[in-house]
Amino acid sequence: MKLSRRSLLKTSVAAAAFATVGLPAFANIDELVIAYNVNLPSWDPTVGLSAVNPTIQGFYQSVFDLYIPQNPDLSFGSGIITNYGWNDDNSAIWMDVREGVTWHNGDPLTAEDVAWSLARVANPDTGSPIQFIWGKITNIKANGNRVTADMPEFEPTFFKWMSFLTGYVMPKKYYEKVGAEGFEAAPIGTGPYMVEKFERNAFVRLKANENYWGGAPEFKTVTIKFVTDAASRVAEVESGNSHVTLEIPYEEFDRLKAKDGLDGTASPISDIGMIFLNDIEVMTDPNVRMAAAHAIDKQLIVDRLLSGYGVPIDTLQTPDYIAYDDSITVEFNPEKSKELLAASGYGPDNPVKFKIQTTKGFKPKDFEMVQAIVGLWRRVGIEAEIEVYEIAKHFELRAADQLAPAAFYNWGNSVGDPTTSTGFAMFGPSPHSVWDGEERFNSILPLWGEADEDKRIAGWKEVDRQIAENAEVIPLLQYVQPILHASGVQVTPHRSGALLPHLMTRA
Amino acid sequence: MTLLRIILIRLLTTAITLFGVAIIVFVVIRVVPGNPIAMMLPPGATDADIARLQAQYGFDKSIFQQFVIWLGNVTQGDFGTSISLRQPVSDLVLGRLPATLELSIIALTIAVIIGGTMALLGTRFRDTKGEAAVDVSAGMALSIPDFLWGLVLILLFGVFWPIFHISGRVSPSINIDFTTNFFLFEALMRLRFDVIADLIGHMFMPALALAIPLAAIIAQLLKQSLKETMHLDYVTLARTKGYGENHVIAREALPNAILPTLTLVGVQFTFLIGGTVIIERLFSYEGLGNMAIDAVINRDLPLIQGIVILFALLFTIVNLVVDMLYVVLNPKLRHA
Repeated sequence: MKLSRRSLLKTSVAAAAFATVGLPAFANIDELVIAYNVNLPSWDPTVGLSAVNPTIQGFYQSVFDLYIPQNPDLSFGSGIITNYGWNDDNSAIWMDVREGVTWHNGDPLTAEDVAWSLARVANPDTGSPIQFIWGKITNIKANGNRVTADMPEFEPTFFKWMSFLTGYVMPKKYYEKVGAEGFEAAPIGTGPYMVEKFERNAFVRLKANENYWGGAPEFKTVTIKFVTDAASRVAEVESGNSHVTLEIPYEEFDRLKAKDGLDGTASPISDIGMIFLNDIEVMTDPNVRMAAAHAIDKQLIVDRLLSGYGVPIDTLQTPDYIAYDDSITVEFNPEKSKELLAASGYGPDNPVKFKIQTTKGFKPKDFEMVQAIVGLWRRVGIEAEIEVYEIAKHFELRAADQLAPAAFYNWGNSVGDPTTSTGFAMFGPSPHSVWDGEERFNSILPLWGEADEDKRIAGWKEVDRQIAENAEVIPLLQYVQPILHASGVQVTPHRSGALLPHLMTRA
Repeated sequence: MTLLRIILIRLLTTAITLFGVAIIVFVVIRVVPGNPIAMMLPPGATDADIARLQAQYGFDKSIFQQFVIWLGNVTQGDFGTSISLRQPVSDLVLGRLPATLELSIIALTIAVIIGGTMALLGTRFRDTKGEAAVDVSAGMALSIPDFLWGLVLILLFGVFWPIFHISGRVSPSINIDFTTNFFLFEALMRLRFDVIADLIGHMFMPALALAIPLAAIIAQLLKQSLKETMHLDYVTLARTKGYGENHVIAREALPNAILPTLTLVGVQFTFLIGGTVIIERLFSYEGLGNMAIDAVINRDLPLIQGIVILFALLFTIVNLVVDMLYVVLNPKLRHA
């Protein structure tokens, strides 16, 4: 074949046209496209590892309904369960199920669905990671639109868990018909969106549930692409291929939201950054712990490293949590740190030494934050050696109570109850705690089953005060979630960190 | 040695290699820090809960016992169940393999086209500024790793001049029910040009990012080989017969010069498949490499094992094919 300049030109034009075919045009937003930062491994929101993965709850809450939903400010709303409570002696619970709700296949939702869903996850053989909570109820019955169950051991947070991980209503009739595999292939829920198409590790396409009891969502079709690389997510939105994305570097967020056609929201979420202190080696000395706590300028870290996107905290409660107490503070006071260290025989010439562990890149600027903290510590007489580890190793070491004397981590607690923050992080027998002090064990133990809610919350506040005074953990900051979006989309952020398409509207 | 004998020997060594890889990967991923059970512990887990989970996944047994059980199952085609995805490992890896293979083959094709063209141009314009330009281009292409090429391409063809898709393998709006996971091959067979365009639109940038460093290697080696061949007697004879320079390079020198390059391409192709791990992640391409990263993050031991074994199998098959091709193309070996 003879290749002339004319034929070469023709071929080039044809190739360019060929390559351009099928690219999306987003002049007006009919179909909302979201570039999400994580994959969705499984569609069953109640069992397995992914059921307790906080980062994918947004997918689940788009398709399924929590028993009791949380509003964007984390307050509890009215959902599939409209009213609920305990009997007089707290030995049984009751729940009223919303009427007129239908599953995505048109079947009506019944109280029997709710009872079956609860019984299923209460059964240890089902594999629910939160069985330790659901298993606290027995004798679950549906009668009319009311579900009742016995609760031999009072669990004050039971209804809060109905808004949290694995707290989703599942379709009894459909699930029993199609089985686990069939459900994975074609999941149905009662949520605002129905699954239209799902390509594992690529995208999920959702179609609006026009019969949604809470009102049909504005965007009739939503495509959520799984784009795990932050640079690619930035490019997705910058190029107009996607309308919304999240979890991008703060510097990129500031740069892009200033561009024409793009906008951004940045709101605090329920995730916090903290430093676990393991009461081993030098951390058994309260002076060392307190010196370490007072030497950290949290606001400086937020301003310099996180471009101002963060809220300094002094307890494991964020301002949105029920047990938050703004009177508990740990001041930045390096002089006090020096005095405390001197009292234990340490100083800049004779520094106290220990190891601090951190992830690198698991959370925004995690390693850089620890580097900055180590720099601040060095000024007062603390010489900390940084060890970088993967998050999997953190879990392993924490479960075996073998973390270094200090270890950076992030903690999520969207229901905002103190049991799921201070409780599990600081109660010795918990596999997620490395603090073994007897005093803390004794102060927390009676709070687990406290029936008087006011007394319970007051008790947790007191525990937080003692923890802060003794510096048994170093809370650092509440994270802020950057959401970048096209100007044509109005995004309502949710404090849980879940990105929910049904809360998005046209601007 | 006959071709059949060579194949039989290579198949035997392949089996031994795979067994060795299986032992190494099985032991190593259990020795390195990061326990999958610790990652799935609920907040209120008791010691009994931990023991139950360990028993459920077989981690309560010794590594040797676990290996024997696993190997026994593998011989029956059962690679276990993924911890994070709760599906059979064999279904998952075989489901993803076509995507990675298609990407790798397209990348290899691009690399051969670009690298071959550069080598031919470099030879045609040897000892001129044209050859220097080829050398500089190859040097630049080689000194930048594939993932950086990926970022550059995203910026160029995804953001500034958005003609290609940045992420994924196929657009959600494409309506076609694939019966296999070889999307491109199937679309070609069914003459669905809209789907082919969409697939190429997704695949071009990751494939090019993978291809650029390999193209540079091909260009350098093939050009060197061609230049050496151009001094041989039979090439001089062809010139004296009056053949033009283009004919001499393409028809006389190239068939002999290509043999060392072919071996190298085979070896580099296995590295290219390995390179898909990062590139697939960058472009959110739903291949084996992307899944491998998730498996490692989640410490999904059965899935990691399955992926590594499949990668090892791919490498040995590619090497086997290259060896066979070398025998077929090299008359000295064919008649030995």
